Amino acid sequence: MLANVGFFALVLTFLVALYGAGAAAFGAQRNKPAWVESARHAMLLTFPLLTLSSLCLIVLLVTGAYDVEYVASTTSSTMPVYLKITAWWGGQAGSLLFWSWLMAGFATAASARRWDRDREFLPWVIVVTMITLAFFLSLTVLFENPFAGLWVTSDGQQAVAMFQPGGAVPLVPADGNGLNPLLRHPGMILHPPMLYLGFVSFVIPFAFAMAALITRRTDDRWIRITRRWTLIAWLFLSLGLILGGRWAYDVLGWGGYWGWDPVEIAALMPWLTGTAFLHSVVVQEKRGILKRWNIVLIILTYSLVIFGTFLTRSGVLSSVHSFAQSAIGPMFFAFIALTFVASLSILISRWPELRGESQLDSMFSREALFTLNNLLFMGVLVVCFWGVIFPLISEIFTGQKVTVGPAFYERATGPLWAGLLFLMGVAPLSVYGRTSWVNLGRAMWKPLAVSLVVPVVVVALGARSWPAILTYWLIAFVVAVVLYEFWRGALARRKLHGENLLVALGRLAGRNRRRYGGYIIHLGVVVMALGIIGIELFQTETQGTLARGEQMTLGDYVMTYDALSVFDTADGRNVARAVVSVYKDGRREGELYPRRDYYYESQQAMTMPGVRSTLEDDFYVILVDWQPIAAQGATFKIYHNPLVNFVWLGGLIFILGTLVAAWPEREPAGVGRPATARAGLARA
Amino acid sequence: MRRIGITLLGLAIGAATLLAIGAGAAAQGTAPTDDEVNAIAKQLYCPVCENLPLDVCPTQACAQWRETIRLKLSEGWSEQQIKDYFVEQYGARVLATPPAEGLNWLVYVLPPVAFLIGAYVVFRALRTWRRAAAGASVAPDATVASDDPYVRQLEDELRRRG
Repeated sequence: MLANVGFFALVLTFLVALYGAGAAAFGAQRNKPAWVESARHAMLLTFPLLTLSSLCLIVLLVTGAYDVEYVASTTSSTMPVYLKITAWWGGQAGSLLFWSWLMAGFATAASARRWDRDREFLPWVIVVTMITLAFFLSLTVLFENPFAGLWVTSDGQQAVAMFQPGGAVPLVPADGNGLNPLLRHPGMILHPPMLYLGFVSFVIPFAFAMAALITRRTDDRWIRITRRWTLIAWLFLSLGLILGGRWAYDVLGWGGYWGWDPVEIAALMPWLTGTAFLHSVVVQEKRGILKRWNIVLIILTYSLVIFGTFLTRSGVLSSVHSFAQSAIGPMFFAFIALTFVASLSILISRWPELRGESQLDSMFSREALFTLNNLLFMGVLVVCFWGVIFPLISEIFTGQKVTVGPAFYERATGPLWAGLLFLMGVAPLSVYGRTSWVNLGRAMWKPLAVSLVVPVVVVALGARSWPAILTYWLIAFVVAVVLYEFWRGALARRKLHGENLLVALGRLAGRNRRRYGGYIIHLGVVVMALGIIGIELFQTETQGTLARGEQMTLGDYVMTYDALSVFDTADGRNVARAVVSVYKDGRREGELYPRRDYYYESQQAMTMPGVRSTLEDDFYVILVDWQPIAAQGATFKIYHNPLVNFVWLGGLIFILGTLVAAWPEREPAGVGRPATARAGLARA
Repeated sequence: MRRIGITLLGLAIGAATLLAIGAGAAAQGTAPTDDEVNAIAKQLYCPVCENLPLDVCPTQACAQWRETIRLKLSEGWSEQQIKDYFVEQYGARVLATPPAEGLNWLVYVLPPVAFLIGAYVVFRALRTWRRAAAGASVAPDATVASDDPYVRQLEDELRRRG
């Protein structure tokens, strides 16, 4: 019954979304505001309808309605309630419903804004968001229905269908298969929603960009409207990536946080174009150039968002995330191709109207440096995209499958990341408009001189790895520039307003949140870079089999194997848990409990490392194997991960910076004038 | 019943492997360490657990592959010989990166070529814009940095401080 209500609400939303898109386009073209208003109402209806459908699914999941196939395959009676709820996005059909629910929510939020100054955008924003929503709903209604039931047909076969097949009887399993063990972790509970929030919210700036093109409002209005949307989308995508990394580090048991897996790359790609976009829209706002490029970037971001969902959900590329495989690949492929070609066609039809309003005065101006930043981001994107699709190309043309592993990506993107770090140091000191290398040099020399102390000290301390020395210098340079910028800004405020330095610092950031939030983000990135260099270049590892009481050594650490117990838990796991003691420089640092959990329901094992964390390093132990009968000997793999916690610390600073940048600014005096007029004034 | 069969088969394979290792180690005198095995396993990927290198893959199949590496090492095989053996058995996909031959060249050549083309396009665009700027009669205000009056004031002040 409840499944029928949920499915009915889904079908209804699909029809309402189709109607909304059609009515909005018709109303805009025939200039009939009543149709547009009707379309807006249709859009507003999608969110409550999908909320109802989602609630039905959640109730089915929580109450263990195993006659519904999705419930039987993602939950079991031993799972706690919060995990049963997260099963909403734990499987393919449910996560597509979750995606649609978020899309409807964001569309509703976008429509709630005040439209008085740009009413003409409204119908086209509705068209884009509702077409996207209708596409995702069509997948759930036609292919991946989370409400489909389990049946036994008259010839004894098991079937999955929404409506009772002729002669079939309902099949109600006594218990479900349970959620994929990999997903039973706080990082994985939060990671998919964050990523999806990021994905979905990038649809809004894309919708506004298309609306601006179609209505021929080719000024920067669409960028100003969507500035905060973009930052929030970027925030969620960044959070999703960081949480995904943390989850991999805690759960996958390979001592790292980023494996250049196709699904990780799928989430990174829209982040790359989104980051390039965040920088280049500033240039359009300030100088009225890069208009075409910004549209290209948002089209790419939208396509990569759909492509990212496609990679995780279609099963075309199998990877560690391949627990979600099905036959919806061709649908995704067709939709990406269609929307990509359509939006590029609209862009080309408006090409002459998107001419820049000013020229480039210097190769050392901020706009030139931002253009270089975009080039480097696109370079990383090409490497990622090519690495992900090459195995498919190879298979299609030669029939041979190949692996494109981390080594390829690291070698190809390393220099590009270094270039981006360098620009992160230089660009904040540059100015817009006419300038010269002398001016830039004059602004740069002080932080540059300070930063050069770091490589000298590092070499003096014995470092010989040149990539590490170079990165340490780049990190020092960026930190010096950011601190220098805050320092001279605060000094200037103190001189102007007589504030003390702390107050001046706070107000400085408060008055230009995007700029100073951006600097904090840069700080977060270099702190993360410190951690990445630590683990990438200086990680050490060893493996050995120990009898009880024996020890093994890695660097300054000694680990002894104390005990091992194997037992069953009430929630359906067989746990093998070792007890090891960790010593550093002869002093006992504590006990760790690496373990292997085997889930009976899903017949899957999880390797949970034992980790001793400090800011300096992580000592990371994995239980590789053990002798089950005597429980005497056990094989351990241990990793020493220097500086890895700077990755998470940097992530926190990064998120803080994004929040500062996205926080609503108090409207300055004179805001009554339209933004376009103000922008024109600034450029005049 | 089937699971018991699989378990027995696994045990038999394990026992045979252990015997073989023992024989190999006896022949060579030294048994390879786990770290020596992992140093090679790190560079290989099994066809089943894609995108997870062999040294950290927890499946039984991968454990058996690692035992094969151990066996070959104990027989005195070199790293390259062992990698070649796996390529021969399972195809080039076991390698962490595609071997630079045939169509695979594309994987290495396309990104730098695309980047150079991109760099050329950007460089040309910048030059065209600069020429246009040089020819323009009305140049924009060279020092416009922000539409925020406070920041303008701040930057003016900073400039004066030199």
